[in-house]
Amino acid sequence: MPLDGIPADEAAVAEMVRAAHDANEPLLVGGRGTKVGMLRPVQAARSLSTRALTGFTLHAPQELIVSARAGTTIPDLEAKLAEGNQWIISEPPDFSALLGPGVATIGGIVATNLSGPRRVTSGATRDHVMGLRAVNGAGEVLRCGGRVLKNVTGLDMCKLLAGSHGTLGVITEVTLKVLPRAERTGSVVLRGLDPVRGVAALAAALGSPYGPTGAAYLPSDAAERVLPGGGSATLVRIEDFAASVAYRLGRLVTDLSEFGAAMLLDDSESQALWRDVRDAVPLAASPDDAVWRVSVRPSAGPGVLAAVVAAGGHGYLDWGGGLVWVAGPPALHDVVRHAAGSGTWMVLRGPEPLRAAIDVIPPEPPALHAITRRVKAAMDPRGILNPGRLYAGL
Amino acid sequence: MIAQPAPKADVMARRDEIVAALARLVPPTGLIHDPLRLKPYETDGLPAYRQTPLAVVLPETTEQVAAVLKYCSQLGIRVIPRGAGTSLSGGALPMADSVVVGLMRMNHILDIDYADRAATVQAGVTNIGITQAVAGQGFFYAPDPSSQLACMIGGNIGMNSGGAHCLKYGVTVNNLLGLRIVTIDGDIIDLGGAHLDAAGYDWLGLMTGSEGMLAMVTEVTVRILRAPEGARAMLVAFDANETAGRAVDAIIGSGIIPVALEYMDRPAIHACEAFAHAGYPLDAEALLIIEVEGSTAEQDDLLARIAALCEPFAPISLRVSQSVEESLAIWKGRKGAFGAVGRISPDYLCMDGTIPTGQLPFVLRRINEMSDDYGLKVANIFHAGDGNLHPLIMFDANLDGDFTRAEKFGADILRLCVEVGGCLTGEHGVGVEKRDLMPVQFTPTELDQQRSIKSAFDPAWLLNPGKVFPIAA
Repeated sequence: MPLDGIPADEAAVAEMVRAAHDANEPLLVGGRGTKVGMLRPVQAARSLSTRALTGFTLHAPQELIVSARAGTTIPDLEAKLAEGNQWIISEPPDFSALLGPGVATIGGIVATNLSGPRRVTSGATRDHVMGLRAVNGAGEVLRCGGRVLKNVTGLDMCKLLAGSHGTLGVITEVTLKVLPRAERTGSVVLRGLDPVRGVAALAAALGSPYGPTGAAYLPSDAAERVLPGGGSATLVRIEDFAASVAYRLGRLVTDLSEFGAAMLLDDSESQALWRDVRDAVPLAASPDDAVWRVSVRPSAGPGVLAAVVAAGGHGYLDWGGGLVWVAGPPALHDVVRHAAGSGTWMVLRGPEPLRAAIDVIPPEPPALHAITRRVKAAMDPRGILNPGRLYAGL
Repeated sequence: MIAQPAPKADVMARRDEIVAALARLVPPTGLIHDPLRLKPYETDGLPAYRQTPLAVVLPETTEQVAAVLKYCSQLGIRVIPRGAGTSLSGGALPMADSVVVGLMRMNHILDIDYADRAATVQAGVTNIGITQAVAGQGFFYAPDPSSQLACMIGGNIGMNSGGAHCLKYGVTVNNLLGLRIVTIDGDIIDLGGAHLDAAGYDWLGLMTGSEGMLAMVTEVTVRILRAPEGARAMLVAFDANETAGRAVDAIIGSGIIPVALEYMDRPAIHACEAFAHAGYPLDAEALLIIEVEGSTAEQDDLLARIAALCEPFAPISLRVSQSVEESLAIWKGRKGAFGAVGRISPDYLCMDGTIPTGQLPFVLRRINEMSDDYGLKVANIFHAGDGNLHPLIMFDANLDGDFTRAEKFGADILRLCVEVGGCLTGEHGVGVEKRDLMPVQFTPTELDQQRSIKSAFDPAWLLNPGKVFPIAA
């Protein structure tokens, strides 16, 4: 359904949620709706979009802080930060290629806690959320965290809301820690390694003193789409001052020589490639494919990939091997679940009847799920915010 | 003094029965109930507050912790989780009717995986113990609170501890992958693991910094990082706090994020120099210790850039370390700051607020005015990159009223931190110390929402009661 309830400001958001609470009416909550197709479908007669809540309420580059209303788009936020030569640390992805065209909002990125390749060494989106304003399921406005970089005052409600997919509160404003944009980017590429050797090379790079900020492995089919000719591609990125990038790439080429001859990508090649890795472009999911994001310990990534490929799916690895992108027929679901073992996974895309019928994220053990239910009730007493998004009946 | 809830008469009356029951749940040497041996557990790093608990148990396994919590839950007995007892906010202060559950016997490293860059340890392993276990392979655990020789990783989770190097490496929560927790009902639950970003609600994030109020942590999986090639410090002194503050802005604004950016005001410089003889300039109003990492050439480059950025602010002294030894000497004074202040004052309170960094000159000026008003000296140590301020308020507990005045002075400083856009605590936690100031930062609705989350984990409020939330009237 379209997100057609569009309050103009936070007070109007609160009023709308309060009315829904009073009327016991579920709300589909979102920003610009780019991720409505993720996870379980929400059954709601009405919707609430934060897309009209735009603009910046604070920008203090010297304090590494920016505050933006939830509906501010990622490109607008990036443009604002570029004025101070800074960027969003977690490199939020753009899933237009998977979920259809659209522009993500900062509120949506925080609510879904989606992060790009830099996550492997620099933290997830939620790691950099210093403050939030949100409306809980009773229509009350909550301020969480603050606008400073270090804050342990009370329970960390920012962490609870970030990644809650709009089920605990409607985020209306986000305060992020940001960092200076690196002067230069460069990458080392090793060709033709099998997944186990590729991930071993990534582990060697991530275990080096050279501070990589990206570590991905593309099997030959995925590599062919973004770096044609040469088989599989094992990629390590460095972002830093220009002299440091040159030095560190050189050291990595030497240190990784046991994995074969390396080639280097310059700044623009590297930026284009990692944007593709970020946005799942190498996955090239066909329209009928479902898409999963699996997160396991990095050394387990090749095993997940092998299981998926054996069952007719395909994929690639990011985050040093720990993030496994999977595409394949919906029937692959049980294979993915099983292969993930004690790791975690989510159904990023799939036919709606499938997503309504299965677990879209790992079920929680009963003792934990009882806490989940009580926390949900504490934040959203009538269960009106995105009901069923994460778990059936919640 | 901040009041604690009254002990439960029914629990106090059943002391012997409770002790006998606990004796069946932990090994014989893991139960303490003799008043003399309970003495070390009556306080923590905030020694102005003391209370002997009913008993102390020192479990050796997660299952023993679960058995103790389940028993306590069934009888409505309050539980105080305790690591090394280094909390500066009274986070481990017992109550007379409480059972302290100490983690010190759960001190084993369980698994180290260099390829996956993760270490799993029991919650009673010290912070430095993790780094020591992996240093041989060139790795380290990043958060480095000042108490890192003693404090335990379980307590670090409770307080979301930081340290001098979190500007670059983040605080505890940013370096955490998994937890094994025990709920007050005795359920054992694993959260996260060696993988990133578990789906569902962020229980790891919520547990971190929850001050032992939601569940007990018994095992922890942390990220371990490969150490940089090297690190070096420089020392820059200024004749005014304003210029030092502008230099900090210039450094951050230039795109350099030093691994540490520490700030001392005049009283702190004098106290530290007298203690450590680190060569700090005594005519300075403000001193910055700036540390960078990388290869020698990278360090040279960054230190030269920083020196050039400081130049327009006319530093009265600028010294770039030429060696590891010289860097250690520069750090020695800063790291000994608490001891140094302890040497010049019989007692001190270490405060911990955070402010927007641009407010530093104003805040220091106000603190000095308050210092005159209260007639108590104060030295300020500041993590300048992230705005975390540690005023050390000096007093003499033997002088009538001195402690009360020091507490009031501290509360005024924290109110000021909130007024300028900051918060009550950056890394020490609320504990007992700042509990009654929470309404300064949060509305009643916001506090009630947080209380409701506490209730979702611990409906009877048995875990670490009397902390963080003002006691309802």
